[in-house]
Amino acid sequence: MRLQIPIAIGFLAGFFMLVQFFVPHQFFQQSYLELFDWVKIIGAFALVLGLGSLFRTHIDKIRNRRPDHIYSFVTLISFAVMFVFGIVYGVKPHTSFDWLFKNVQTPLEATVFSLLAFFMASAAYRTFRARSVEATLLLTVAVIVMLGRVPISDYVSFVDFHEASEWIMSVPGMAAKRGILLGVALGVVATALRILLGIERSHLGGGGGGSS
Amino acid sequence: MPEAAGEINAIWGVSTEVIGLWLAALLTLAIYSFLYGDNPVYKLAEHIFVGISAAYGAGIVYHQVLIPELINPLFRPALAGQDVPKYSLIIPGLLGLMVLGRFLRGHEWISRWPIAFVMGLGAGLSIPRSMQSLVLLQMHGTMQPVWPLVTAEGWVGVDNILMIAGVICTLAYFYFSLPHRGVMGGMSRVGIWFLMIGFGAGFGNTVMARISLLIGRIQFLIYDWLPTIGIHLGGPGVG
Repeated sequence: MRLQIPIAIGFLAGFFMLVQFFVPHQFFQQSYLELFDWVKIIGAFALVLGLGSLFRTHIDKIRNRRPDHIYSFVTLISFAVMFVFGIVYGVKPHTSFDWLFKNVQTPLEATVFSLLAFFMASAAYRTFRARSVEATLLLTVAVIVMLGRVPISDYVSFVDFHEASEWIMSVPGMAAKRGILLGVALGVVATALRILLGIERSHLGGGGGGSS
Repeated sequence: MPEAAGEINAIWGVSTEVIGLWLAALLTLAIYSFLYGDNPVYKLAEHIFVGISAAYGAGIVYHQVLIPELINPLFRPALAGQDVPKYSLIIPGLLGLMVLGRFLRGHEWISRWPIAFVMGLGAGLSIPRSMQSLVLLQMHGTMQPVWPLVTAEGWVGVDNILMIAGVICTLAYFYFSLPHRGVMGGMSRVGIWFLMIGFGAGFGNTVMARISLLIGRIQFLIYDWLPTIGIHLGGPGVG
């Protein structure tokens, strides 16, 4: 029963969502919005699960005095400071929480992602070799798209890199994207049907109990 | 304008704006120090980032989901603009608590109910939604008029032929029920070329997005932070 009941719940919930899509009755529309709020609430509790995992990792690291465990204190203290400010003063603009978000999280996030520019350039330099038609095509298109995004291409008179880049994105690039998306859609439908019919059960895994 | 709760304008006589600027600049430099090699300063900034980001998510979820969507309507209906508590919210509240069953050794199976509920809803919704947006709309966008080949707007017909050929050839590459020989082999090869163009464009765009972030951080350091220590290198906002 520990497995059959969740499968039945999944089937009923999925079947309801499938039906409500095709029935424009007010009951179904309101229920859809209500269920959407329920998912948000359950998702909020799932965040606690994620935080629990984060705490467990860092507390274990501190308890076992693993290398660099001192930084685990930093993570836990940063969390505590930001969380306490958020709970006590709220998350609206001009609060301490907002100040930390603007002056710590936003610059850190932007810097970490900008760091990838160096690593991508370095990886591309080390691995990209125009050894085949396909690799040459990929490299050429990447260079055209990059040149189309910088002002220096305005000074090149023999080719409009900006227009070429736009054309690549909207015609051959879009054709490839659509081919992939059509395949993705069929995969999504097949997986969703497997979940609804209880064939796919990997998301219910863990915790023992089996089919008893 | 009244001061917001928890807002402090100065610490030891230094404006919080300047302190924030310095904090952001030092953390930016700490992250960039990784370009030299892994070091304690980078690790410090990295771990601050993890802690702050997790708490940011928790704070937002607490104030924007738990309080307005669950606590207020259920326990403080007047604050939610209701006369009576919304008892139907007991169900997601209980399902949410069941998610935490993962923490109970030997009773982890309790979390299967909410997970099955959420997965079922997502699966049920994704069938019509993906058929609509990823299949029908994409097919509609692909099957555009191919004649006349050239219009006042340009080579629209030729572009549309290229689009149809590209989509069919890309699909042919992913079709494994027939051997990729003869016509099918040719189509699949052309499909690979289209895919390479798509990946090249994606790569170029991703690189430029990162470069744009890098420019933003460098501009912050040069035009916002350096002037606070008396170094003016010109540019926006500086005479």
